[in-house]
Amino acid sequence: MKQILTVQNLGISFSQYMKGLRRRSLKVISNLDIELHEGEILAIVGASGSGKSLLAGAILGILPENAALEGEIYYEGQLLSQKDKEKIRGKEIALIPQSVNYLDPLQKVGRQIGISIQKNGGFRTGGSDESRDKTIEHDLPKDKVIENILQKYGLDKAVADYYPFQLSGGMARKVLLATALTSGAKVIIADEPTPGLDEPSLNEVLKDFRGLADDGCSILMITHDIEAALKIADKVAVFYAGTTLEVANTRDFDGGDSSSGDGLLRHPYSKALNNARPNVGFLPSEGSQPFPDNLPKGCPFSDRCVMRTEECEKELPAFREIRGGKVRCIHAT
Amino acid sequence: MRLNAENISFRYGEERYILKDVNFSVGSGEVVGLTAPSGFGKTTLGKILAGYQRPESGRVTIDGAEIKSKGYHPVQLIFQHPEKAVNPKWKMRKVLAETEMPSRELLEAMGIQNGWLDRWPSELSGGELQRFCVTRALSEKTKFLIADEMTTMLDAITQAQIWNTVLGYARLHKIGVVVISHDQPLLERICDRIVNLTACSG
Repeated sequence: MKQILTVQNLGISFSQYMKGLRRRSLKVISNLDIELHEGEILAIVGASGSGKSLLAGAILGILPENAALEGEIYYEGQLLSQKDKEKIRGKEIALIPQSVNYLDPLQKVGRQIGISIQKNGGFRTGGSDESRDKTIEHDLPKDKVIENILQKYGLDKAVADYYPFQLSGGMARKVLLATALTSGAKVIIADEPTPGLDEPSLNEVLKDFRGLADDGCSILMITHDIEAALKIADKVAVFYAGTTLEVANTRDFDGGDSSSGDGLLRHPYSKALNNARPNVGFLPSEGSQPFPDNLPKGCPFSDRCVMRTEECEKELPAFREIRGGKVRCIHAT
Repeated sequence: MRLNAENISFRYGEERYILKDVNFSVGSGEVVGLTAPSGFGKTTLGKILAGYQRPESGRVTIDGAEIKSKGYHPVQLIFQHPEKAVNPKWKMRKVLAETEMPSRELLEAMGIQNGWLDRWPSELSGGELQRFCVTRALSEKTKFLIADEMTTMLDAITQAQIWNTVLGYARLHKIGVVVISHDQPLLERICDRIVNLTACSG
């Protein structure tokens, strides 16, 4: 499979004002690495504040002005500059934003969905050829495409004439999804696409994501919802305190010896995360993620880790390939 | 002790009824899951139980008596979005102390670090803020707790951490807990019984 999006050694720091005019630079992301292949769904899970949403901002070039970027982002083998990002975002790479505040409050919902419809893009639906929705084709007029996609998510066509303030949380979420699904982009970055959705809508969304990926679209799914991620993702990257600690295969979470809840995971943090799932062990771990201004020198998880040795605190372990996945831990086997 | 909602009906303005003759009840020390599709009034019922909203008809009682509107409300609601539930102009210490300062042990069990108390709400992540909002509601005066999607936006470890502490505290102080959530695995893990709101109407 062709690699479509690669992020290497990404670092993000923010310059902050302290007292008066003194400034300091706070590094919030230090070592993020991901690889996204064509037709693949990569889920990104991890603690809140681990840098998941910033990664999306970095790829699209929409970080605030006081942010400084290190490392490289490649799209189809090309190193992306800020200019390149501005050129391809919305066309080649689409974002499903986390907050429903991203909708324009002064524009009707239908128009906002219409913006993203491209000439040769159109609306792709999921599933195999037989199950594919033939009523929704690329060459339909815009109004029809908008009506169809609203209908698909159980929204009345009158919703196209609503303003964002008239939508409930779940409806707004569906509108955000619709804007990205109609874009025909090659890469979709979905930042927390599922909260607030009830079971039927959630399953519909997940089915669509899988269908898009099977059609060759690549999806980066940033989420807290491990259950949803495991249903459709090919791989799962685990973030902690601004660092990618592990890239696992989806089956690693529920595979292996089922009595322990460690699955076939490699990093102690991934294991702890898996063990905390309500339907696995619901086991809490002590402590909390360190703040960016107070990171340990070595492995960021070392202060909470059961396997910690002196070695762990000296330097950040390098990425190693183990059992078809990648991990930053010197004790992983 | 028993918290009862009797024949509750509610609608916003003149629109359709969100709740119609709903009956619901939870006992001391009981953990009850409340589930329903979006838009079926789970959050509204939570607000009515905690006294934030008045029903159009019907009443909420504890052991048959109406709840006094003055003083500490024995039914405490924890919201889904903690950033909307704290005063942005108060430091966290003041946010916590609004009811009473929790014990050192409770703060530690909730994973709240001492340094956080001197931060502003905007300097903490959602997960960190939610720990404060939960801790704030865990008081000896709280008899019932309504958790409205309390841990939906948190990672699994933080979710397990918070629920473990809350359920331990509730068991110790015989607090009744209502868990509002879409998350079926979570409900099955922690609840004594699960109620579907669509089956509560008369």
